[in-house]
Amino acid sequence: MISENEIKQYVAKILKDLAEQGQEAPLAQVTPGTPVTPGPSSRPAAPDEGAILPDILEEDLSERIDVPNPHNLEALKAIKKITPARIGVGRAGHRYLTHTLLRFRADHAVAMDAVFTDVPEEWMAEHNLPKFQTVCETKDMFLTRPDLGRRFGPEEAAKIKALVGSNNQVVVFVADGLSTKAVTVNAIDTLKAMTAGLKAFGIPLSVPFFVKYGRVGSEDAVSEITGAEVVVCLIGERPGLVTSESMSAYICYKAYPNIPEAKRTVISNIHRGGTPAVEAGSYIADLVKLMLEKKASGLDLKL
Amino acid sequence: MILKTKLAGQVFAFNHLTDVLARANDEKSGDVLLGRAARTVTERTAAKIVISNLTLEDIYENPVLPPEKDEVSRVLKEDLSLGIYSRIKKWTIGELRNWLLSHETSGEDIIRLSRGIEAEAAAAVAKLMTTMDLVSAASKIVVPSTCNTTIGLPGTLSFRNQPNHPADDLEGIKASLCEGLSYGSGDAILGVNPVEDTIDNTLAIMNLLYDFMEKWQIPTQNCVLAHVTTQMGAVEKGARCCALFQSLAGTQLANDGFGVTAKILEEAYDCIHQLGQAPGPNLLYFETGQGSEQSIDADEGVDMVTLEARCYGLARRFKPFMLNNVSGFIGPETHYDGRQIIRATLEDHFMGKLLGIPMGMAPCYTNHTKINQDDQEMATLLAAMAGANYYMGLPVGDDVMLAYLDTSYHDDATMREVLGRTPAPEFFEWMKKMELMDEKGRLTAKAGDASIFY
Repeated sequence: MISENEIKQYVAKILKDLAEQGQEAPLAQVTPGTPVTPGPSSRPAAPDEGAILPDILEEDLSERIDVPNPHNLEALKAIKKITPARIGVGRAGHRYLTHTLLRFRADHAVAMDAVFTDVPEEWMAEHNLPKFQTVCETKDMFLTRPDLGRRFGPEEAAKIKALVGSNNQVVVFVADGLSTKAVTVNAIDTLKAMTAGLKAFGIPLSVPFFVKYGRVGSEDAVSEITGAEVVVCLIGERPGLVTSESMSAYICYKAYPNIPEAKRTVISNIHRGGTPAVEAGSYIADLVKLMLEKKASGLDLKL
Repeated sequence: MILKTKLAGQVFAFNHLTDVLARANDEKSGDVLLGRAARTVTERTAAKIVISNLTLEDIYENPVLPPEKDEVSRVLKEDLSLGIYSRIKKWTIGELRNWLLSHETSGEDIIRLSRGIEAEAAAAVAKLMTTMDLVSAASKIVVPSTCNTTIGLPGTLSFRNQPNHPADDLEGIKASLCEGLSYGSGDAILGVNPVEDTIDNTLAIMNLLYDFMEKWQIPTQNCVLAHVTTQMGAVEKGARCCALFQSLAGTQLANDGFGVTAKILEEAYDCIHQLGQAPGPNLLYFETGQGSEQSIDADEGVDMVTLEARCYGLARRFKPFMLNNVSGFIGPETHYDGRQIIRATLEDHFMGKLLGIPMGMAPCYTNHTKINQDDQEMATLLAAMAGANYYMGLPVGDDVMLAYLDTSYHDDATMREVLGRTPAPEFFEWMKKMELMDEKGRLTAKAGDASIFY
């Protein structure tokens, strides 16, 4: 058996030999049990208080090419412009370059946080949106039980009825769905444009509200509770890596629980890179007017 | 059939075969959602014990869905080799597990028994197995398949190049296609999921892929993943295509939802056999995944793992070129986290191989699930060790059309190099001719540059 002391001596000898050979001693070589005191060479540079790294998400990926010495640089630049796919990224061996990996992680982080963060109560208060909640009690329950995100308990249903009444032509509400960010970024502008549009048509609109842990099908329950002729649900879409801010509007004529999906009219991709929120709001107003005239929505509504 | 056991001083009695099959599953949120999961760990273990004692005959005599009412059950029953089955029907599921894992049992032995094993029995034995069991048993089973070229041969690992585009822009599809080929992805198939399910659009993408194969003399096959009837329409209209695609489910009710029947699949086979560009004999490409039935309320009370095995039983009749499994595609209502998706990936691969299917895997995830890149990469490496025939290949794993994450062109190259596999033989020769790969299957300095095709 080698004693601990012998090991210490052996390590010390190696370090001395290395130093004599003019090589830097490996930083990880520390005798077991002794406190680590960083030497002059391993002391970090003093923090630069004024400096900040740029936001990696601000960079336009369509401008970036990481292939060293490409066969045809102009072609590579051109094809980067015609697809949002992450091409021309180069490689470190067979793995991603560090930048590619970090940008992927950053996009995924934003997407996940858009799903797993709740819409702030302050945001609802700021925009006068009373909050109601489906029977889901937690985010986890909401994500794993799509069926529960479509239903309200009797008390909550009574509160919605008390706010909105039970004899409505058009009812609109905002639901978190699968992206908090989609809703907080787009819903207010869409609501305002839609309200203005309907006002111009002389169509009355109920008081808007917010539904926490709401799926698309929550509009069926809302429609039933409020007696709406047309119900509009503005809801966060499942985030992709390209954007986490995409919102949809699901509009339905005389909805009821378990209505076939084909009866809904959907405007998806509402975000700054797709249909802008204001534009979507005006379009929803037009659609609502048409639905009231034709008494139909979804596939039944010939557009 | 005994559906009761004592365990830890308690009696656990299960109502019927379907019940015990569900309670024996390792934890999945999909089973919890429908109230089918075991309520305690002890109950789960009790269910596994009951299953281990069932015979193949018990399972055959108690179909989870009656053949008179369900087309999938009918196909499974018709395709079972009664000759082989009768030799092994007295085996218990526990004995079947031991036999599959035994050093005395070769992959060829397993394939010889395969047609005597019912889909539900394959599911039952998977429920008794751990991760290494699933990897070990499956790794013996070799199921090659031939469309235009042959994939799934020992020592090879193949990939579907999946160059989807959010607007079906043909130049945009070509851009990702070239990127992937420059990494060696595409020897299994060049396959696009279209946004617009129309005959003309499908025809245009089929021809884009085929023309590219022809221009660059790439030994592979092409496919466009529209609805199968749309693809048939395109091929009848003159599109040049090697394989036809369709999603399958494990109940007739769910297949009705997909708009597919055994008859339509037969017609699809005849269509591509007659009008397609590849000799075959394997000309169809299927996709399945745990939970697809329950996500459209069409599970008929049967658990996800058992239904998934039934998909393979259905697929088997049509001698597919490839079947790929996408159990992570739906979300947390079926698979909650990394552990559940890793488990599902290995279960599916094992059950498919046991039933004689050329399995490819798509360990994938959506952004609303607690699964991250590390989980996905673990599932990918484990399934590769288990012997998956192929994977998908996407630019940095990000599908910009379907908005989910799958294996990347880089992952494809990584798996080949780490596990010492080469592409399908003819494609390997092509890669070397293009100076993209060396003799060992390692990427050359020239690889990873899409612009070599421009």
